[in-house]
Amino acid sequence: MTRHSYDIVIIGSGAGGGTVAQELSPLCAKGARILVLEKGPKLRDDEFTGKEVEMSQALYGDGGGFLTADRTMTLAFGCAYGGSTVVYTGTSLLPPERVIAGWNVPGLTLDEITRRAAKYKEQNNVHPLPDSEINQNNRLFVEGCRRLGYRAEQFPVNIKGCRGSSLCNLGCPNQAKLGTNRVQLPAAERNGVEVVTRCEVLRLGEKKVFARVTPKPEGAKGQPSSWAPGDYEIDARVVVVAASAVNSPALLLRSGLGDGLPRLGHGFTCHPAFILVAEHPQPITNFVGHPKSYYLDQFAESERFVLETCMYFPFITAKSLEGFGEAHSSFLRAFPRLQMILVLACDHVNEHNRVSVDRDGRPVVHYRFTPETMRGLIRGAITSAKIFFAAGALRAHVPVAQDPTVETCSPERLEELAKTCAVVPGKTSVSAAHLQGGCALGRGPQDSVTDPQGRVHGQPWLFVADASLFPNSVEINPYLTIMALADRVAETIRQEAASLL
Amino acid sequence: MPPAVLAPVRSIFRAFVSTIVPEAAACDESQWAEVEALVEEVLRERPAALQRQLRIALRFLQWLPVLRFGHRFTALEPTRRARCLTRLENHSLQSVRLGFWGLRTLALLGYYGRPAAARAIGWRAEPRGWEAVR
Repeated sequence: MTRHSYDIVIIGSGAGGGTVAQELSPLCAKGARILVLEKGPKLRDDEFTGKEVEMSQALYGDGGGFLTADRTMTLAFGCAYGGSTVVYTGTSLLPPERVIAGWNVPGLTLDEITRRAAKYKEQNNVHPLPDSEINQNNRLFVEGCRRLGYRAEQFPVNIKGCRGSSLCNLGCPNQAKLGTNRVQLPAAERNGVEVVTRCEVLRLGEKKVFARVTPKPEGAKGQPSSWAPGDYEIDARVVVVAASAVNSPALLLRSGLGDGLPRLGHGFTCHPAFILVAEHPQPITNFVGHPKSYYLDQFAESERFVLETCMYFPFITAKSLEGFGEAHSSFLRAFPRLQMILVLACDHVNEHNRVSVDRDGRPVVHYRFTPETMRGLIRGAITSAKIFFAAGALRAHVPVAQDPTVETCSPERLEELAKTCAVVPGKTSVSAAHLQGGCALGRGPQDSVTDPQGRVHGQPWLFVADASLFPNSVEINPYLTIMALADRVAETIRQEAASLL
Repeated sequence: MPPAVLAPVRSIFRAFVSTIVPEAAACDESQWAEVEALVEEVLRERPAALQRQLRIALRFLQWLPVLRFGHRFTALEPTRRARCLTRLENHSLQSVRLGFWGLRTLALLGYYGRPAAARAIGWRAEPRGWEAVR
């Protein structure tokens, strides 16, 4: 066991950890020693090849296929220098006011989140794409929505020098997506923060971090860790946990903090999602350009779903389609003519859905689809099919329909179809990438895990700074909200530095 | 090099993949090697218990049709193989559906995870993006 001592240890390097690292890095000039521990590797720029299986294995936890306890849903989260910001599409939205009001966190308002997020929108070059960069997959979505009278809106995205590879979710091969791996972490390192990769945190003690550095596997992507493989005991005056909504609550639970925190691990939400595809009569530009330029959220409150444009890769698309054999293959063979929409259900906190740990301390995510969530997925699927056909598609794949292949038809016929649709756990492929909750912000241990500044109740040296802080679903792509909350946590630590450090 | 997970059940796995993706029936030996290498690579990171479950599930699949069709899965013609898998996919027991879903996912990963298969279906994304088409 090797021993080290730091003033601040940050666990995780994604939207939360990377932001905290940057915001605390000025303290290095005053002598503070700050360390970031990241479980995943740091890849060289030339290692981002855009090859589906290779990059998924290199950049995601469990290759992007982390299974919930009952195995009815896969969870995708990044595991690399930059965390999930390496593999998101960079869509940069702020939550609706009703969501933040509903969180009921003392002192936290949408105005504050907007103000804090503005700094990161500027640092990460958030802007809408020019019209000339919008591909046909996105244009067809806008056109279909327009014909139906829906309000499709454009995503601002955080890219610079985008060549339109469409490979965002496999890590941008052109380094054009400005995640924390491109902006906040390098800035923090320039100011003196140390980042150690391939380092898994096993558990926390009182102002201590127990961690293990693993060697680079033979043939794997990424640089070796800057620390030698082995076990480490790290003394820290302050610890900031930002390891994701799955791993942060799991770390606190396996560190024995669950006894005094009855809400630890509870309140997990994730926007369960699936993709729909539709075939057009002619090839469209779907393999080039930013894949996610538009969204439709007008049904988020009334019908609990959000639609987003998307374009995934052959294996993920094949996995997401229902069935097998010729009917399934024929959609894959139509790839150049496919339009694609992602349906996300706006799930809400449910007592069953939570993170726990198994006997070995590994995270276990318990998730059950509520009737409201299943209804949201079905309504989202039917609305997507309406958009496809309004845009001129010949046939659509509707995974919740009894026969998933649906030939072009009227909105009225689709409403009839909706009556026989069902989400069948274990058959319908559902995955989620917006993992939230488990260490909620709040007032006290009976309703939350941390105080409104992200400090764990009863542990003045321990903070959380990631999506696990969300008391309920944010109902939009979460990274900007995570950065805003991480900024709030970092400000608290800076203000209290004299007593904490 | 760790022992191959699929080696003891290779013929069943190939029959299964060919039923999930009919085009796989035309794979030559080198293409099958690519399919299996991708699946092995993913399985290598997974717990030994899961690797065992995979082999058990494939052996279960091999013997399942004997009662109904009088032949093992690998000896069935494609239509009957498909009928057998449809029953598993729609089974009333969630655990059976999940087992099928897991096997199906691996089959699709092995087949469509190959760059050659991606090209064959017309997926043309590449790092140069717009430059490659304008």
